[in-house]
Amino acid sequence: MGGRESTLVLLDENGIRCDGRKIDEPRRIMIKAGGLKNADGSAYIEFGDNKILVGVYGPRDVHPKHMSDTDTGILRVRYHMEPFSVGERKNPAPSRREIEISKVIKEALLPAVMLEKFPRTAVDVFIEVLQADGGTRCAALSAASVALADAGIPMRDMVAACAAGKVADTVILDVNNEEDQAGQADMPIGYMPSLEKVTLLQLDGVLTPEEFKKCVEVGVEGCKIVYDLQKKALNEKYFKNGGDQ
Amino acid sequence: MTSTVIDELKKSQILELLEQGKRIDGRALDEPRKLTVEINAIPKANGSARVRLGDTEAICGVKIQPDRPFPDMGDKGIFICTAELLPLSHPSVETGPPGPDVIELARVVDRGIRESHMVDVSQLVIEKDKSVVGVFADNVVVDYDGNLFDACSYAATAAVLKSKLPKWEMKDDVPTLVEGEESELPTTTIPVSVTMGKIGKHIIVDPNGDEWASMDSRITITTDSDGNIVALQKGGDDGFTVDEIVKCGELSIKAGAKIRETLKQAGEGSQ
Repeated sequence: MGGRESTLVLLDENGIRCDGRKIDEPRRIMIKAGGLKNADGSAYIEFGDNKILVGVYGPRDVHPKHMSDTDTGILRVRYHMEPFSVGERKNPAPSRREIEISKVIKEALLPAVMLEKFPRTAVDVFIEVLQADGGTRCAALSAASVALADAGIPMRDMVAACAAGKVADTVILDVNNEEDQAGQADMPIGYMPSLEKVTLLQLDGVLTPEEFKKCVEVGVEGCKIVYDLQKKALNEKYFKNGGDQ
Repeated sequence: MTSTVIDELKKSQILELLEQGKRIDGRALDEPRKLTVEINAIPKANGSARVRLGDTEAICGVKIQPDRPFPDMGDKGIFICTAELLPLSHPSVETGPPGPDVIELARVVDRGIRESHMVDVSQLVIEKDKSVVGVFADNVVVDYDGNLFDACSYAATAAVLKSKLPKWEMKDDVPTLVEGEESELPTTTIPVSVTMGKIGKHIIVDPNGDEWASMDSRITITTDSDGNIVALQKGGDDGFTVDEIVKCGELSIKAGAKIRETLKQAGEGSQ
């Protein structure tokens, strides 16, 4: 990128972060269920400056056929970033990073979705990152859960996700782009609050065992905040206005 | 979009209605669908627009960055427009490399804007033969209900029209960003594409998804602010008579003029 000043203060003496947040404060989060006409289920999330659209199709026939499973349905997830979503234009073809994120998001959703009810079918989750600003996988996973619920697919719980991390030797909630670039650790967490189960966990950075424990705890608290907003989004679509479509 | 029994039934209904001068969604034959344009939907891009044409929705983001000029065009900047059909836009869209339909879409949208000389590439040179400014207008379709040509074209035009051009200067042979020196992206005209479908003997403007699946052939005509025709693409399995083509040209100028005003006014007063 270049141009970024190296004097960026990640945490000032009053415990205020570079974007004005407190250490345990998430960014502004807005989740909307529905919105796409053709998709069986959809959701839109704004998580700080992240803007992500998710569409779900299924359960439906599996193409190619050899992928289908006679015992259970299958889940397929594509995480994709638009060329204009990041600072420098991104090649539209899927990168290795996007393929890995697609896989970890799929594995984070699998424990929640009751695919065994739909043998020989596929549920497709398409995640489109319109604008990225650090923490897209967490925002995408949170929105994907809402889109799956919007599609009416039976689920054991919704997966809520939020990252914890470390900047200036302090554990913080919801790592933004600057903190991810210049900070010491970033730990995205996906969590099913009702089942109390972590389904996505990654870390890059250095943490002491105490900091690690603290990070997981802080992250899980963040997930619970996101979880309430996920439920609110579904509630607004299905109960407040009698559904918007 | 593959044809089903339902499509065949719809096709006969659409044709029956057209015989009475009516369309399946109640529009006049020369009436495009409602167009809404949201400017600056992606604040991190240099320009962006989210466009809804009926139930077809496209998002265009413009990225502007230094680039090497094409070998024979050292005194001109670069303008490239792409279009992609995202798999969440319709159940029949699959992931993977684009098929011929999507490649045609991207090329027709690009050609319409390029051939109108909307972006004044002669003003996008940082140092002749060495470094120029590249303008990338990337379209993605997120909801499908026919006529992606016009939806993408309007999204790209609206986004380009309101794009901000950063300034670069050569320092030690490297283009270097000059902070705080943004200007309007130099544009010369506002191209507007109008796509028409032919079903039986009838010509309809801006076919929706059902009409798109039923039509025999189509024609996309792009006009500029001066009322010239700057690009054209015929598609589909049937042909047009010369009279029909002339009529389509007139329709594209008439329908295009109204859309041009919508695009021009989009985002005014919101910034």
